[in-house]
Order: sequence, then C-alpha cells, then structure tokens
Amino acid sequence: MTRLPDGRYVDDAPFDPAANIQELERKDLDAPGWLLVWRKFRKHKLGLVSGIFLLICYLLLPVAGFIAPYTPNERNSDFLYAPPQSVNLFHEGEFVGPFVYPTVAEADLVTFQWKFVTDKTRVLPLEFFCEASEYNLAGLIPTRTHLFCAPEGATVFLWGSDRLGRDVFSRILYGGQLSLTVGLIGISVSFLLGIGFGSIAGYFGGKIDWTINRLIEILRSLPELPLWLALSAAVPSNWGPVSVFFIISIILGILDWPGLARAVRAKFLSLREEEYVRAAEMMGASSGRVIRKHLLPNFTSHLIASATLSIPAMILGETALSFLGLGLRAPAVSWGVMLNDAQNLASIEIYPWTAIPMLPIIIIVLAFNFLGDGLRDSLDPYAD
Amino acid sequence: MTPLLSVEDLCIGFGKGPDVVRNVGFEVMPGQTLALVGESGSGKTVTCRAILRILPRIAQIRDGRITLNGRSGGLELTALKERRMRDIRGDAVSMIFQEPMRSLSPLHKIGNQVSEVLWLHKNMRERDAKRIVLEKFERVGFPDPERAYESYPFEMSGGMRQRAMIAMAMVSQPDLLIADEPTTALDVTTQAQVLGLMKELQAETGMAMILVTHDLGVVANMAEQVVVMNRGRVMEAGSADALLSAPAHPYTQQLFDAAPAIPGEPELAPPLEQDDLILQLNAVSKTYTMRSQSMWKPDLMIHACRGVDLNLPRGKTLAIVGESGSGKTTAARIALGAEPPDAGGEVLFRAHPDGDPIAVHKMDRAARIAFQKQAQMVFQDPYSSLSPRMRILDALTEPLDIHRIGTAAERRDMAAERLRAVGMNPDMLQRYPHAFSGGQRQRLSIARAMMLDPALIVCDEPTSALDVSVQEQILTLLEDIRDEMNLSYLFISHDLAVVARIADEVAVMRQGLVVEQAPPETLFYNPQHPYTKALIAAQPEPDIDRPIDLKLVAQGAGSPESWPEAFRFSNTVIPSLTQLEPGHKVRCHV
Repeated sequence: MTRLPDGRYVDDAPFDPAANIQELERKDLDAPGWLLVWRKFRKHKLGLVSGIFLLICYLLLPVAGFIAPYTPNERNSDFLYAPPQSVNLFHEGEFVGPFVYPTVAEADLVTFQWKFVTDKTRVLPLEFFCEASEYNLAGLIPTRTHLFCAPEGATVFLWGSDRLGRDVFSRILYGGQLSLTVGLIGISVSFLLGIGFGSIAGYFGGKIDWTINRLIEILRSLPELPLWLALSAAVPSNWGPVSVFFIISIILGILDWPGLARAVRAKFLSLREEEYVRAAEMMGASSGRVIRKHLLPNFTSHLIASATLSIPAMILGETALSFLGLGLRAPAVSWGVMLNDAQNLASIEIYPWTAIPMLPIIIIVLAFNFLGDGLRDSLDPYAD
Repeated sequence: MTPLLSVEDLCIGFGKGPDVVRNVGFEVMPGQTLALVGESGSGKTVTCRAILRILPRIAQIRDGRITLNGRSGGLELTALKERRMRDIRGDAVSMIFQEPMRSLSPLHKIGNQVSEVLWLHKNMRERDAKRIVLEKFERVGFPDPERAYESYPFEMSGGMRQRAMIAMAMVSQPDLLIADEPTTALDVTTQAQVLGLMKELQAETGMAMILVTHDLGVVANMAEQVVVMNRGRVMEAGSADALLSAPAHPYTQQLFDAAPAIPGEPELAPPLEQDDLILQLNAVSKTYTMRSQSMWKPDLMIHACRGVDLNLPRGKTLAIVGESGSGKTTAARIALGAEPPDAGGEVLFRAHPDGDPIAVHKMDRAARIAFQKQAQMVFQDPYSSLSPRMRILDALTEPLDIHRIGTAAERRDMAAERLRAVGMNPDMLQRYPHAFSGGQRQRLSIARAMMLDPALIVCDEPTSALDVSVQEQILTLLEDIRDEMNLSYLFISHDLAVVARIADEVAVMRQGLVVEQAPPETLFYNPQHPYTKALIAAQPEPDIDRPIDLKLVAQGAGSPESWPEAFRFSNTVIPSLTQLEPGHKVRCHV
C-alpha cells in the first residue's frame, strides 16, 4: 500500500491489466446441464434418499415373485384372516437362526371366530432358496424358486392373511407391480398429450392457443371422480386384467394432461422471449426445430419434476378406482384391489392387518413428493 | 472532524468460499459524496449492502468494523442487534436501488409506500405523513404530486419511478444515502436529470451519500471522494479531483482508457458516398394498434416508426440512437424482415453490389432463406442469447445445420476458425455457455453471427450489458471484423459515446421519427436539433471541469411540444427532414 502526497491510497499488489480472455469465469459451471442438476440435487438429502428408495422399489418389481413366499392367489383355506406372524431368531435364549412357530386355527365357540394359537414348543426354521408354487420371474421365466418359504407344517404370513387365506405380504409385493407401473404408463400418456398440446399452444399462440386453452378449461371443469367412474364403467367386463390395467392407466393419463399442458404452455411463453430462441428464428430455423432443439431441452428438467409430482396422483387415482371396485378386478392384484377387501369397517376393526396395503401407498406417494421437490429445487443449476 | 461513516478492514464471503470483499476500508464525511467505482464482480454492491446488513443469507461479514456517527451518536453497525438495525434502515441510512421496476411493490400506491417510512420511524399520523410526502414529491419533480400519491408504480416511467424511490429515501431526512447504481437502468437524458436532482437535494439537506457506479463520468459529476474497487479489493482511493486528473493505479487508468467518450474537438466530416447501398429503408412506418380499455373509445394507434428513410452503404456502419421507446429496435426488426412495415414502406437489401435487390418487406420462403444467410443479428443480452443446454460447438454450427451447409467435420473446422477470429481458443468448443463471462459470451454470439459469412449484421445494443473495459474490447473486435470481412453494420444503441467510435453515420430517433442524421463528427461538431444537443450534453464525462449542462438536457429531453418553434412537432404537424449541409439532415421547419 502506498500513500501519495495528495493523500491518495494506491494498492501495490501486482495487477495485470490484460486479464486473460481465455480464462473461464465460472469453472464450476463448466459441465452439461444434467451434471449440474445432479450436483445440486445431491445436496437435497431427503430427495436423494427418496430417489434411491424408489429406484430400489422399481428394481425389485420384476423379482417380486422371488421375494414373496407365496403366489398372489394361493389360498390357505385353513388360515383365513390369520394374524401377522413373527420370524424369530432365538428360542429359549438360544440362537437358532430365522424360524417360525407353527400356528393352529381353533374355532372359538363363544365369539364364533377363528383363534390362532401359536405352538411355542416347536421350532421350524425357514427354508431359503426353496421350491414352492410356480410363478413367472419378470413375467417371463417360469420358476419355482423363492427367496424363503414356509417350512413343512407351518405358514409364514408376515403381515397376516386375508379373507381367503392369501398372504398379505406376498400380495403387496405383487400388487406393487401394477400399482407402481400404472403411474408410469399414465404419465407417459399424459406427457405425450400435455407436451404436444402445451407446446403447440405456447409456441404458436393466437387462435390455436385460445382453442387449446378452452379445451383445457372444459376438461378441468369436469368433476374428476364421476368421470373416472363413468369411463371405467364403460370398460367391457369380459376384458382380461391386463387390458383393463392398460385402459385404466390411459384413462388416468387422459384426465391428467391438462395440468401439464398448462405448465408447458406457460414455460414455453417465457422461453420464447429468450434471445437464443429469437436468434434461432432469425437464422431461419423452422418452428419444429426451435421447439425440438431449443425449447424442449431447456424444459426437460421442469417436465421431469412435474412428472414426478404427478405420478402420486396417478397411483392414488388407481387406488381410488380399484377401492371402489371400478378399477382393476380380481384376479389382478393391486394395492387398491387389496384395500377393496378392507372396505368393511367391522373387518378392519377385527382384522386390522387387511388395511396394511395403505402403508406402501403412503410411503411411495411421500417418496415421490420428496423426490419431485428435490428435483424442482435443483432445476436451475445456473443460478447461485 | 469525525467521519459520518467509517468502514475498516471489511471482509465478506459467501458460504464456504473465499472472501469476495477483502480488507476494504473508507470514510464518508458528513455532507460529502463518496463514489464506489468498479465493474461487475468487484464487490461494490456487497460492500454497500453490508453497511445496512441486507446481504443475501449465505453471505457473512467475516471481519471488520462499520461505525456510524449519526444523529444518535456513535454506533457500531456490525455489532448491532437486528431489532436496532431495523430502526437505522430507512431512517438514519436509506438506500436507492438500481432497478426502479423492481424496487417498488406493484400492489401498493406509491404514496402509501413512501409514507410507510414515516409511519414506521416517526410514528406519524396518516394526514401529517401525507403532507410531508406530497412536499417531497413536489421537490423531486412530480408535476402533480396528488396524482403521483394515488398512482401505482406501473403507471409511471422508469425515471419517474426512480424519482419516487428518491423521495422515499429522502423523506426521513437521512444522514446517509446509499445509491446503488441509481441511474444505470435509465436513459441518458433521464440519468442526467436524476443525478442533478440528487445533487440539489444533497446541497439542501446536507446529507452524505455513497454512490455506487461503474461510470467515471458519473463520478466526476457527483463525488468528492472516490474508491476504485476490483475483485473485492480497493485499488485506489482518494479525492475525485486528484484521482480523475491523474489516475495512479493501472486499473483506474484502464477504466479511464476504456470509457467511451464523445470526441472533444470534432471536425466536420464529408458525407458518406451513397452509390453502393447494401440496405435501404424507404418510408418505413410501423403502427401498432392497442385495444382501448373501454368499448366506446377508439383503439389507440402507436406509431413506433414514422416515415424512416435510411441508407446503409456497403462496408459502413449506420447507427440508430435513441432512448427506449424511440422506435430504434422496431426499425431494426423491420430491416431484418422479422416484422413487415406498414403498407407503402420498402426495405431493399443487395447482397452483392451488382445483384438484384431482395425486397425484405415482401419476401417469399425462398427469398427469406436466401436473405437469412446474408443478414445476421447480435443480441443485447449475452446471458440469454446462447442456449444453456447446447455446447458451444452446437450453438455455432446451428446456422450451418439449418441451411444444410457442409459436413460435420467442415462445420467443426469452420466453428474453430470463427472462434479464433473472435479471439477465443478452439478448445472452448466442447464447453457450455454458462461457464463464460458476459464478454466471452458476446464474442461467442458474434462468432455465431459470422458463421454463414453474412454481408450485414444488425447489432442490437451489443455492449450495453457489458462492463466498460469489456465493452471497449467488443467494440474493437466488431471494428476489426468489419474491416477484415467487409461487413456492414446496422448498430442500435442508446449511447452516443459508443456510437461515436464505431459509426460512419448516426440517425438520432425520437418518438418514431429520425430527428437528425449525420456522420458522427458532424453531429458533434454542429448539433442542431435540441434533442441531439440534450443527448450530447447528458453524456457524463470523466472530467471534473466539464459538468453536465442540465439546462440543455432539460430543454431537449422534454416533450416535442416544448422544443423551440423551428423544431416543434405534434401528432398532426411534423416538420420534414431538411438537409442543412451535405450529409447533415435535421427535422425542422425551414
């Protein structure tokens, strides 16, 4: 530091007037957009944990049959409404590895209920990688191997059994296959329609925009639940469970797109004003190219976040329809179909475990919401 | 004499990062003005926000002391409780922000927003507060204070809003006013008037002022003391007089050299030759219809351009200068065929001296494609003109891709070559635009505009979003490229000083009309029109002995009805553009 005679302060650290114009100003931002989003998302702990949890859930879907000890429609007529059983490790203070105590159903002649009495003397260790009833691994490969099954002479109903003596735990695993994918198919339909209509409305504006907006408003003003009911009631009853499943997903998608189309339109309107879009137009790019190359890539992250936030609505929609008996039908298994059995208040009171399928629904919906929230927060990686 | 405010050894950092402000210290004497000068990223705004402790949440003051010796005795602001700090803000120390658009709440009447200060700090009743606010409104130059009190921010122009902000900052009679680039977002004539107002108010009330700015011209007009900052450190500090007459630090020197200036001793220039015109605008008008609010009133017609005739000779630069809303951007958009002119207007473009002209105002598809290869544009905002999801390579080769020119390898070579031409390294091709600074991005947009080997480039305020020293580099680059490749520029700007250096001919526009047109030297040598005179006078010069002549500014920048008889025009009577001397046209009654 120097003081000049006139009282001026002058810094004397070396100064390079020709600062290098090749130097990157923000080295930290020198990466593709998805990487920047990921770096920011990584800091959102709740979203990250939810994302990993959901990923595991989806990865487990194809091998659900392997993990489940029973197949979904396998009946144990001796064990109707059996309560949840525990898997124990210690017998009389001694480690024996995972085992179950066998239970026996006895009729209570006072209450006219089946009572399940556990025989605490017999130790029946669980079998691993054992042969049991046949199922299709990933829906394709027929096999009989299960991760674990009940030992001879005992049952393993981790979360109890239902009115027909089917294992609730196994059914929840199988139900996940439909309940979790219904959202994905629905969202694809909704995406296709929403992006299509939304981008057309947002990009072209004018009369097209007006028409699409009115269409959206009409669709949004229809009461949702009765419309679902009407549409699913129109599905012929002789269709197989798979076609019903697809139709239900598509119905959910068709009713969901207006919200997405609105979001897309609003985003398009704001992106259109960006100078890079005007630059592309001035270079002579066609509207299709501008939408494809400039608008959509800058918009995908928003789309993914809003999709993540709409999947829970789809899952809940399917559950609601099936709960009312208008969605999927037996023998298909979904969480909604399972809850259909829990419609009766009396049965929930006496057999509370029939309402267990609510738990995975709550957990999955929450996880999707946390994930969507985290994604939304990390969408704009360029800001500080 | 004890200083009103003293800042010692201030260090500020964001999050876990290194300090963005390092060991900054200065003192503000009562009644004096201190200017904090620096470019973007210099830490000047963070420093002045630290005084009021209104930093973003992740920023912390890591070291240093800020002491205020105001009306309530000595206070150490850095150690004060948040509750006591609130009593200081807007009372003893108040602040004016850069964006008048965003610093007033759109939901509340201006009068109420200004009175709030008095309700909060003086516990004043509504009636008394209103009386004081109305007095202040009158003082800051609202023609009808009662009406201003009842109006909402969006009903006012930027200059008027900034006046309202000044009234708000002044109403509690602060000891210290912090003004963070108060005039950067304003037109140059409005800037001159707002600066003049601030200076008058300061003389009246005897408050001290911290003025944050990047413009040495503003400093020369306003400040007694100057602190020059760069990258969070003080480079040079001292009295404005000494610092401006003999800058001691190389950075100050660099700022000086880079500041565009209107030439001090201009000479009469010969008129441009008009025999090989690349672009011709003949009688171009553009009228927009704005639906009126009630059914019974006729729709409002807005004349964005009125009878604009412009000729751009090949290899030259034609600049259109005017304030916001003068129609300069509309004229450029029409010249590029982005919008059609009103019937009767004609835009002719000749890509080659002996070729047939393309009629830009009535192009079919094929003609449009041919035209788009020849005419390109460089945009104003370097941060939004490159798509954040495209690598530099893709952004640069896009024009070639659209017009299906060359193979992928040829396109890549071309992009590398153009990058070199704008002074950047070809390894930048694989990078993404957000890693670059504003100046680098503007180079990239220039490279992109050059990809198709155009004959004409329309530059829409290409340097107005850049720092002074970067602006200088970009202007030099544009000049070099023009001379090397024989390009012609249509250059849109609001800044006469920028135009002075690059243009061969300048058209000054006001309210959709060209009011004066001449080569820049002639224009500065012999400005005739009151509006041109106002523009020249309003340009702040970094020279303490040449203050802004506010009278000249006020006269020319007012409405056209208030101009001297010879130049006056109204909606119905418009004088024609008259040739005064060869190549110098002025709109006046003869």
